[in-house]
Amino acid sequence: MRFVLRRAGFFLLTLWVALTLNFFMPRMMPGNPAIAMMSKFRGRISGQELATLETIFGVNSGQSLPSQYVHYLGDIFTGNFGTSLYFFPSPVSQVVRGAIFWTLGLVGITTILAFLLGTGVGIVAAWRRGGLMDSVAPPVLVIASAIPYFWVGMMFILIFGVKLQWLPWSGSADITATPGWSLDYVGNVLEHAVLPAMALLITTIGTWTLIMRNNMISTLAEDYVRMARAKGLPSSRIMLDYAARNAVLPNLTGFAMSLGFVVGGAILIEYVFNYPGVGYMLLQAVENEDYPLMQALFLLITVAVLVAILLADIATAVFDPRTRSAQ
Amino acid sequence: MRFLRAIRRNGKATTGAILLAVFVLLAMFPGLFAHKDPNAEIYPRNLGPSAQHLFGTTGLGQDLYAQAVYGTRQVLVIAFAAGLFTTLIAAAVGVAAAYLGGTWDGTLNLLTDVLLVIPLFPLLIVIAAYVHNSGTVVLIAVLTFTGWSYTARQLRSQALSLRNRDFLAAAKARGERAIYIIAVEILPTMSSLLVAAFLTNALYAVLFASSLQFVGLGDPNANSWGTMLYWAQNNEALQAGYYLQALVPGAAIALLGAAFALLNYAFDEITNPALRPVRGRQRTRRLAGLSRA
Repeated sequence: MRFVLRRAGFFLLTLWVALTLNFFMPRMMPGNPAIAMMSKFRGRISGQELATLETIFGVNSGQSLPSQYVHYLGDIFTGNFGTSLYFFPSPVSQVVRGAIFWTLGLVGITTILAFLLGTGVGIVAAWRRGGLMDSVAPPVLVIASAIPYFWVGMMFILIFGVKLQWLPWSGSADITATPGWSLDYVGNVLEHAVLPAMALLITTIGTWTLIMRNNMISTLAEDYVRMARAKGLPSSRIMLDYAARNAVLPNLTGFAMSLGFVVGGAILIEYVFNYPGVGYMLLQAVENEDYPLMQALFLLITVAVLVAILLADIATAVFDPRTRSAQ
Repeated sequence: MRFLRAIRRNGKATTGAILLAVFVLLAMFPGLFAHKDPNAEIYPRNLGPSAQHLFGTTGLGQDLYAQAVYGTRQVLVIAFAAGLFTTLIAAAVGVAAAYLGGTWDGTLNLLTDVLLVIPLFPLLIVIAAYVHNSGTVVLIAVLTFTGWSYTARQLRSQALSLRNRDFLAAAKARGERAIYIIAVEILPTMSSLLVAAFLTNALYAVLFASSLQFVGLGDPNANSWGTMLYWAQNNEALQAGYYLQALVPGAAIALLGAAFALLNYAFDEITNPALRPVRGRQRTRRLAGLSRA
């Protein structure tokens, strides 16, 4: 219980740091980007939007820094992120909601698949030490980890999209398709998801494989595994129930955390494939100097990670008794 | 010397070291390898590869090969500088926290943990968006400021395990100051961890810096691989069939990244015998089996 409470305290502290960073960053920057930007927008936008910008940058508000800060925190907790400048006149919260849907679908499912596949390959690689999988997979995966993953996406577009014309490579569905739960539309959406999902899968599997393989190698050296062998248990049982089951424990925490990174973890893949998720929207906001949207998305990404970490901590405390007494 | 011999004996390390050496040469003497001006927009646009232009030309009529060669320097400077500074800050924070203990440990450790869980790449994007057109120095500063926490935590736990060793007690009894003990007594014992951390941080610096430049948050006039990718994307080079404009800089980033990753992986194998390939062991086992039969 004390463990969980301490983690919850850490959660609140980090949340506060992220909020405060968000508040102070635009105010600390040299050359005050606010003034330049607001003069650029003046005349083009309504008084209400100008007010949103003024609160973000803290100019012309006539308020002192502390009272601006309190005002800002109040806005955040009431979910008032202002109006998006680029997707005018949609409120920021509405744009964000639309983006989350696509990201959770694409990146969420891909993350789960990558974990399952990567862990499986890691188990087999460690079990057949020196076998084909063990000698080929790790070095290949190490090199793959050095490839910028957005570039893998670009190569996929080139090969499977432009050259072979197998699959679409831009957006989440055809512009002409009418959204709805019709078979046509869902099929269209799935078709658009294949290339970005493959690019993500290929670049994320490696980490899980390497971690699992190295965990398995140390677990296989444990006495209880030797004991199981001596008892003459079938190897599949030793591999899965004795070794893999214990080796996967540290990986589970990592997996829970990676679920938090789903929201902001595929920014560049979404960018390359023009996939209208959270990451794509973040870069759109940056490119079009839509600071209200940018701040809201950054907070969303951070909060997702923090919540996932908190849940992972609680799950570890429940499933792994060793951590309960730690410190 | 022993280190060099270990590199030569390990195939992965040799490959990584040779790759890195080639890139260092390119970065130091780009003029020796490319004779055209990388910035001159004087050639026909979007040419394919030819004897004149080994990789063809860009959408603005620059020589792609010259750009790739001259682009090496900035990435390499960022990789080495950010890798080094990140590792140094991490070492200072991590070891100080572990050695000093008490309130120091609590504060520094909390700072590390907070920075560790704030998503790095979105944070980089937001900072770079406020800064506008980040050049080399800004990129190094931002990458260093945001990137040290993971290494700091690793080094802290390593230093914690050393805390009660006799040689530290001896140094303390001699009346050495904390800074001396940290720098001269503790840090050298962790040299292998520090090297591994440097290689990882350098790899991340390459990937993050190139990514930021790719989405247009770097200096669009800089000579760098990430900027080349940015222009290729802007030019819709892939869709138009000028695939070398995206292929060349991406492959360059991947090769440099692979150099760091291979060195790091080999380093792991050299310092942790349990992870080494088992070929040798297996052969002896098979021989033993044969003799028994």
